[in-house]
Amino acid sequence: MSRVATDQARRGSIGRGMSAAIRYALLLAGVWITLFPFVWMVTSSLKLPQHLFDPGLIPSPATLGNYADIFAKAPFGRWIANTAAVAAITTASVLVFDTAVGYVLAKFSFAGKKIIFLFIISTLMVPTEMLIIPWYLLASQLHLADTYAGLLLPGLITAFGIFLMKQFMESLPSELLDAARIDGLSEWRIFAHIAVPLVKPAIVTLAILSFISGWNQFIWPFIVLQTETKYTLPVGMVYFSSELKDNSGWIQIMAGATVSVIPLILVFLVFQKRILQGIALTGMK
Amino acid sequence: MIANAIRQSARAGRRLLSIRLTYKTQRYLFIYLMLALPLLYFIGTRLVPIVYSFNISVREWDVLSPDKPYVGLANFKGLFADEVFRKSIGNTFLFVAVGVPGQLAAGLAVALLLQSVTRFRGFFRTVYFIPYVTSIVAVSWVFRWLLMPNGWVNAALLKLGLDAQLFLQSPHQAPYVIALSMIWQSVGFQMLIFITGLQGIPNVYYEAAHIDGAGPWRRFRHITIPLLNPVILFSAVIAGISYLQAFAQIVSMTQDGGPLNSTRTLVFHIYKLAFKSFEMGSASAATVVLFVLILAFTLLQLKVLNRKVEY
Repeated sequence: MSRVATDQARRGSIGRGMSAAIRYALLLAGVWITLFPFVWMVTSSLKLPQHLFDPGLIPSPATLGNYADIFAKAPFGRWIANTAAVAAITTASVLVFDTAVGYVLAKFSFAGKKIIFLFIISTLMVPTEMLIIPWYLLASQLHLADTYAGLLLPGLITAFGIFLMKQFMESLPSELLDAARIDGLSEWRIFAHIAVPLVKPAIVTLAILSFISGWNQFIWPFIVLQTETKYTLPVGMVYFSSELKDNSGWIQIMAGATVSVIPLILVFLVFQKRILQGIALTGMK
Repeated sequence: MIANAIRQSARAGRRLLSIRLTYKTQRYLFIYLMLALPLLYFIGTRLVPIVYSFNISVREWDVLSPDKPYVGLANFKGLFADEVFRKSIGNTFLFVAVGVPGQLAAGLAVALLLQSVTRFRGFFRTVYFIPYVTSIVAVSWVFRWLLMPNGWVNAALLKLGLDAQLFLQSPHQAPYVIALSMIWQSVGFQMLIFITGLQGIPNVYYEAAHIDGAGPWRRFRHITIPLLNPVILFSAVIAGISYLQAFAQIVSMTQDGGPLNSTRTLVFHIYKLAFKSFEMGSASAATVVLFVLILAFTLLQLKVLNRKVEY
């Protein structure tokens, strides 16, 4: 009830004169602008080369031949596997460490806590680009250039995730943790068996967000990887696309773009509620 | 009897103390064990590299040679004497100047529109957010394809009786096209932040203003905007930093930051210096410039936008 009342009052805050029909029309126009590039990408990728410049949206005849072509021409299968593996490993590591640090920073008081938190958060301000050169030199020195270890190294613990988990962990009732202490549970057990299960929704949010950013990350993989078979999808896409310039090339580029974009859109659609909640939470506090 | 009792209570006291001690040790052991590895990690992968960057920025180094002679501020002087570097700074500012207001305005417009309708909100929110989760590289190639001289957009323009445009081939249009593609990709994120902010504004303000006879524009101007100020500030900083760092778009949508270096950004310039011409000193100096820009930008925004609002 109150929700409805709120909506009614808020509605006055912009253009009372604007009718509902106009508002929906504007929103739908926005939907078209948002989705059209993806629609055009997919339909282009299903066209025969000679129909490339047909303005029609629906390809006739439709073909999956372009997908067969790109998988034959470049190691797209390998790139998909690489990207998924990199995103998954990064996510696993981020979950373990960011959850632990977020918990300690939220639920304990100890000497140096404030400085440690500020230090971690301030690393968010440093542009990745500033770190790339030293990272690259370090990776070369450790013989980690052009390896997955080198690729994974900078993203194993994230300040963003620590911040997110700290926000969630702070809402855990301290009385509950103290009760467990009185019952004689060790700190490890309290963390693993009480705290972690209670913030499961936050952990899921963090998992999805870091999977998405791991999948899409570009500049570091672009610098550190040199062997074609080791590329991730975004890096592969750059090299693959730069070599194709003729018309059938464009069709294949659209097929490649579809392959790198659609899996993530599906992940997002499945988990969208959690993702939007997580971003709203970190965005605000 | 009494002696016995005293002895017993002393023992109990000692036991209590030893439990407290072990509990305290256990607690600290737990805290520092949980923090040790992550702290070392942040020092190793963030703090040390930053210090290293500052150090290399005052040296001359081509990666291969064993020594890195100290050259003072020569790298910085060299950078600012270089026309291409100055151009890349200008372009980067252009991205920020177009992108930040554009993204905030578009995001706020969508958020307000969404607040003003009652149905399909979830649907709209989800759809608008989709571009944000997709790979910049893939999306950039799609835009390139749509905007090519004989691409879909020009075909549509011709059909409407308008002139075809050069878009990414024109040094005048290309930077704006790229900024627009970045706005397109982040509107959903911006919308979400604003929705959360709008929900935090107590409704009584609107009701009171309504009773006092304030029209929609005045309510927007005098309630929504001032109360949204912290959110606008936060968003302007986050957005500004992301436009200062434009890179993947440049690699994917342009030929080497062209045409005529019109889309060459600071980060792209850094990339060229470090990984194409191996001038590590100059490249590090350029990253220091980027760092200072981001810092200055954040502080400036805090100052300008954080003026106290009187209610």
